[in-house]
Amino acid sequence: MIRAALVREWQVLLRGRGTVINPIAFLLLTTTLFVIAAPDAMTTAADQSSAVAPGVLWSLVLLTQLLALDSMYRRDFDSGVLEQTLVGAQVPFVAVLIRIFMQWLSTGFIMVGLVPLLGLMLGLSSQALPATALALLLGTPALSLLGSIGASVTVGFNRGGVILALLVLPLFLPTLVFGADMVISAQAGRSVMPQVYALSLISLVALALAPFATLAGLKISLEMQ
Amino acid sequence: MIDGATLTPQPLLHATALSCERGGQRLFSPLSLSVLPGDYIELIGENGSGKSTLLRTLAGLHSQFTGEYRSQDALYQGHRLGLDGLLTPLENLAWFAGLEDCPSDRETTLDALDRAGVLVKAYSLCSAMSAGQQRRVAMARWLLSSRKLWLLDEPLTALDASAQGLLGEIIAEHCASGGAAICATHNPIDISNKSELILQADKSGARS
Repeated sequence: MIRAALVREWQVLLRGRGTVINPIAFLLLTTTLFVIAAPDAMTTAADQSSAVAPGVLWSLVLLTQLLALDSMYRRDFDSGVLEQTLVGAQVPFVAVLIRIFMQWLSTGFIMVGLVPLLGLMLGLSSQALPATALALLLGTPALSLLGSIGASVTVGFNRGGVILALLVLPLFLPTLVFGADMVISAQAGRSVMPQVYALSLISLVALALAPFATLAGLKISLEMQ
Repeated sequence: MIDGATLTPQPLLHATALSCERGGQRLFSPLSLSVLPGDYIELIGENGSGKSTLLRTLAGLHSQFTGEYRSQDALYQGHRLGLDGLLTPLENLAWFAGLEDCPSDRETTLDALDRAGVLVKAYSLCSAMSAGQQRRVAMARWLLSSRKLWLLDEPLTALDASAQGLLGEIIAEHCASGGAAICATHNPIDISNKSELILQADKSGARS
C-alpha cells in the first residue's frame, strides 16, 4: 500500500508540474518585488549583516507555503481519490503522511535549494547561508504538517483560501520566530544550536500530531457534502 | 434478505434500526437489514430520501446516524469515481489494488480493462476520457477488487446500452461467486432474484 501510494504521488508530481513550479515562481517573484521596492534595505551593512533579510525571507516562505497548501487536497477531494483512500486503505494514516511528505518535497525541500539565490537577492551575508538552509530544512516540515491540518478542514469550501490563512498562519508563528532568529544569529556569528533544537522540536511535535488531526479534518470535509 | 434457516452464512453486513441524519434531521425511517453472500439489493427512493447518505454511512464516510451496523470492508463507488485524471487507467487500477492490498499484475489488469471495453484507452490519461469511459474504468476496478460487499451509488450514470448490460452481468457474476451488492438506482438493473429496499423519506421532521 505504501508503495502504491508513493508511486501515484510521484507520477502525479511529475505530470502536474504546476504544483512544483507555481510556488517557486511565486517565491522568486515576491522576493524580486522586495528587492525592487526597497533596494537600500537589502544591501549588506558593513558588519556583513542585513537587518531585514531574515524576516523577509521567512515571511515569504510562509506565504508561499500558504499558496501551495490551498491545493494540497483539492484535486484528490474533487476526483474522489480522497474518499476512496478513506474507504479502501487499511491504514489511511499512512496515505495522509505520504501526501504531506510529497507536499513538503515539492515546496519546502526545493526552497532549501534556492537559499543561495534568495540570500544573494536579499543581501544575506554569505556566512549565514548554510545556517539559513538548515533552518529551512528543519522548519519547513512543520509548515507542511501544520498547514495540512488547515488544508484538510477547508478543502470542502469552494473558496477556502482566506479561511485557510486565518487558521494556519497563527500555527506558523513559532516556526517563523525561531527560523528568522536562527538566520539573525548566524549573521551575527553566534551559535545557532538553540534554534536548531527549537525548530526540530516544533517539527517533531507537528509530525506526531498533524497526521491524526489531518485525518479527522478530511473525514469532516468528506461528511459535509 | 434470504432467511437462511438451515445453514446461516456469515452476513457481510448487518444493520439494526439504522437511520441516517443530516444536520440533525432524520432522512428515512429506521431500517434493519442483513446482507448475505449472493444478495443483490436495489436501493430505491425518491430524490433526497437518503440513498447516497445510507451508502456513504455503510462505507464509513458518514458518521451522523442512529442505530448500528457491522460490515466487512466494502468497495464503495460514489458519484466521484476516484480516478486521478493525471494517471492512465492502468496506473489508477494499480493504485486501487495497492490500496486494498489485493494482488495485481499487468495481465489481469489489462484483461479487466478489455472486459470493460476500454482496452484501447489503457495508456491514455483518464482526464482525456469521456464520462462513460471513466465509468467503464471504474467497473474494471470492481472486477479486480477482492472485496465482497459492493456499495454502488447510481452506477448506471453516463453508461451506454452495452455498458449497462455489462454492468448487470458483472454484478450478477459477483453475487454468484459469493459476493453481495447494494445498488442505489432509479433505473432497475436487469438481474434475476434481486430484492428491493425502498427508502421512505422521513417527513415527520423528527429531530434528535
